[in-house]
Amino acid sequence: MLTEDQIARYSRHIILKEVGGKGQKKLFDGKVMIIGAGGLGSPIALYLAAAGVGTIGIADADVVDLSNLQRQVIHQTKDVGIAKVLSAKEKMQAINPELTVNTYEEWISAANITDIIKDYDFVIDGTDNFAAKFLINDACVLAGKPYSHGGILQFDGQTITIEPGKSACYRCIFPTPPPKDAIPTCSTAGVIGVLPGVIGTIQATEAIKFLLGKGELLTGRLLTYSALRMRFREVPIKKNGKCPICGDNPTITQVVDELDALNVCDLEK
Amino acid sequence: MNLTVNGKAATIAGKDNLDVNALLVELKVEQPDYVTVELNGDILERDNFGQTMVKDGDTVEFLYFMGGGNL
Repeated sequence: MLTEDQIARYSRHIILKEVGGKGQKKLFDGKVMIIGAGGLGSPIALYLAAAGVGTIGIADADVVDLSNLQRQVIHQTKDVGIAKVLSAKEKMQAINPELTVNTYEEWISAANITDIIKDYDFVIDGTDNFAAKFLINDACVLAGKPYSHGGILQFDGQTITIEPGKSACYRCIFPTPPPKDAIPTCSTAGVIGVLPGVIGTIQATEAIKFLLGKGELLTGRLLTYSALRMRFREVPIKKNGKCPICGDNPTITQVVDELDALNVCDLEK
Repeated sequence: MNLTVNGKAATIAGKDNLDVNALLVELKVEQPDYVTVELNGDILERDNFGQTMVKDGDTVEFLYFMGGGNL
């Protein structure tokens, strides 16, 4: 049962017929893992905490840098130099002290990813490099764990939700990672600060809808966003029979690190 | 021929069809080595670009890697 304070805190949710007291309880019982406490992870963590998602995991080995503050809105000037996951946890619990926030101050790898995601209902990719993006896809597909992919660069973003087995996965679109340094990253090509707010908030919305069991997930369609042209587009994506992990004859049967895909950002870490 | 490319109408003058590699050149697609091509809703295998013909009325999507976030 919800307490009086909880009814007050979540009243604007509870009056929604798609949420109600029951839905709010589902959110409170829900467990979401956020990988990356940066540009995408910031709005995701803030909104999921405010929404009352009861257990939130957040993984990142980085510390807050002054150059992060232009877009990573969960971190503040006073946090420069401290671990991103601790800075994030402090803000999330300041918004909502009832939450359980599990921090993982480590980079994800083939060695730890399966264990990190196993207790969560939904995973969100808020990472900045292809090695991590492919690793998250593979681990989630192999574990049958639904997740949200997000990517941003300069003024453009894209996001898709993956329900393993039911909808196309990241490798259905991109079978293998690009070679390292082939694709510019935010640190080399720049990113407009509001962009991760748009894409991350959509990713958080998907997690909330998944926990509520309401609406239609962003599956089977890649949503692309151009901030300069202020346009959203949907590209339908079918499951790919040739997909190396969820196709008819998968060649990937366990998680592996895509070492070739490590990029400049990783080398800087 | 007339195509729909990334949601927009595109006309390729003087050609009735083109293979996908030639289309990438014709449309001056950036980073052609890393683009994923979806033709009429199906993701194409890179090895088949040379044998896959694009014709009048087709819908083509060029999909790009997007890293992002910046941890």
